[in-house]
Amino acid sequence: MVDIRIPIGLMFTIIGTLITIFGFVTISNTEMYHKSLGINVNIIMGILMLIFGLIMLFYALWKKKKA
Amino acid sequence: MRVDLSWIDYLIMIIYFIFVLGIGWFLRKFMKNANAFLEAGRSMPAWVAGLAFISTNLGALEVMGMTGSGMKYGMLTTHFYWIGAIPAMIFLALFMMPFYYGSKARSVPEFLKLRYDEKTRGLNAILFALMTVLASGISMYALALLMENVLGWDFNLSLWISALIVLGYTYLGGLSSAIYNEVLQFFIIVIGLLPLVFLALKDVGGWIGLKAQLAPIAISKGYAADAYTSTWMYSGHASANPLGVEWFGILFGLGFVLSFGYWCTNFLIVQRAFAAESKAAARKVPLIGALPKMFIPFLIIVPGIIALALSHDPGKGFVIPADPGGGLNYNLTIIMLLKQYLPTGVLGLGITALLASFMSGMAGNVSAFNTVWTYDIYQSYIRPRTSDEEGDGKHYLKVGRIATVFGILLSIASAYIASKFGNIMDFLQTIFSLINAPLFAVIFLGMFWKRTTGHAAFTGLLLGFLLALLHHGLTIPAGATSLVKGGWIATLHTYPVEMAQNFWTAIIAFGVSTTVTIGLTFLTKQKKSDEELTGLVYSLTPRTIVDKDLPWYQRPVGLAILVSVIFLVLTILFW
Repeated sequence: MVDIRIPIGLMFTIIGTLITIFGFVTISNTEMYHKSLGINVNIIMGILMLIFGLIMLFYALWKKKKA
Repeated sequence: MRVDLSWIDYLIMIIYFIFVLGIGWFLRKFMKNANAFLEAGRSMPAWVAGLAFISTNLGALEVMGMTGSGMKYGMLTTHFYWIGAIPAMIFLALFMMPFYYGSKARSVPEFLKLRYDEKTRGLNAILFALMTVLASGISMYALALLMENVLGWDFNLSLWISALIVLGYTYLGGLSSAIYNEVLQFFIIVIGLLPLVFLALKDVGGWIGLKAQLAPIAISKGYAADAYTSTWMYSGHASANPLGVEWFGILFGLGFVLSFGYWCTNFLIVQRAFAAESKAAARKVPLIGALPKMFIPFLIIVPGIIALALSHDPGKGFVIPADPGGGLNYNLTIIMLLKQYLPTGVLGLGITALLASFMSGMAGNVSAFNTVWTYDIYQSYIRPRTSDEEGDGKHYLKVGRIATVFGILLSIASAYIASKFGNIMDFLQTIFSLINAPLFAVIFLGMFWKRTTGHAAFTGLLLGFLLALLHHGLTIPAGATSLVKGGWIATLHTYPVEMAQNFWTAIIAFGVSTTVTIGLTFLTKQKKSDEELTGLVYSLTPRTIVDKDLPWYQRPVGLAILVSVIFLVLTILFW
């Protein structure tokens, strides 16, 4: 039917990129990251989501190529 | 208790909505007949159905409730995820799935029809349809209330928008769309809540720091120092642990009756495995679901336990708002934690995770409702199948789609009733939850004892339900202020906590139903021949081993052993 890995991969790639960029834009905003114990969680989670999204996409496309 | 969201938080939410609806839109062209729409064409790979299996169960009330329970009961809450789920999931996969899937039944009520008779199916189908609509109405109400109180959204607007999005993707793509979205939602829930666990644990100094902070709190309440971070250690006496239930109630009430009743017979859950592409895949579905299930406590219960420590540390400024009754509104625990730790950006992700959990639960209800309505009520009592198979497929597809719309409208209606008469809805939900334990007794006997008769099963189902109701009407938990909690006939017995009452109600339902069904089976005549029961009953079904050549991790038994080992390690580690 449809490989569900494609929409999942796409969504996490898009949201991951968005949050990573937002994390870098707000990197000097110490007041905002006071809540998260001074850690810029946006950059960390953004990159994690981006990696997850790309793995999903890669796996889906690789499988499609094989088939 | 207001949480302020910024444009980026809303943007994340909107991207999520677009993908959820997009999946439905993409799948719409595959919905050619009722079979594709209501059963996903029995084409789902095991891992997809397995993640959907667990995601449907992770509804918004589950996530909010379990974090709240973590704050109330500590690590004992994990009993709902470990002893109260894993053995039942293994049993379903290894012993029940071959008969469920092999019977070609399209729903649990239909299995009852094949194994027993029409009246047993009818009773279960009608109760189940009512229960699902009610359950999704209640969770919709809870979500809209949360959005109103915490995010400042309009109650009606949040109710209708969230319902319409679920309607959108289930109407377009049916069960396939619900399942695909549940997989997506599963990942959003996990990733959205991940930063919360990480930050909260870091804040309290890790697991060791958390234990140290909880010790004085436990001692001040009269428990042992590590009562909030143990699971079985203090279950010798009900009064020695925060849950207020002793080991027998946990093991038999939760671990056996409630858990097997829920995981093995609730069509909402089992339907995901029915949609698998083969019998072998269907058997793997609950086991693949069990793997992440065992680790979900770290995502939603551990933050609740941390909330308990935070609320006793004045320096943190962490407060759980009170509910109208004067106690703490524990359901708000998760959202208060999100507010405490997550900055703009990941905060939007966390809120999206809550919305995703709501949608996965609701879509589960809707897709189970429309199947039971179309096959077990409409097709059996209103318009039976004709000789025109293709025309039938199209007709029942239309009926399934209309049922989807009506199911959602009825849920919205029950959400509004819940907002006006919350107590009545709570009461009805308690009552409908009593149908699972007798159902398990009847299905179990049916699968493993070929003599069990239809009359016996029907009476067992009905009497188990009625006696459980009677027990609920005659007992109350200590400190109950309303009749919703029980004692609406008279008060014969007072339980120390509500949970103990729940466990015993289920034990009685199961006990009565088993005894009555066995007893009456001896007094009534089996009308079904051995041929009719082939594939439905253990002793009459030839065993075919098809997975001999597969590696161990692709075999149901291999996976079951893996799940059991992890389950045992976790239990011992957090004993």
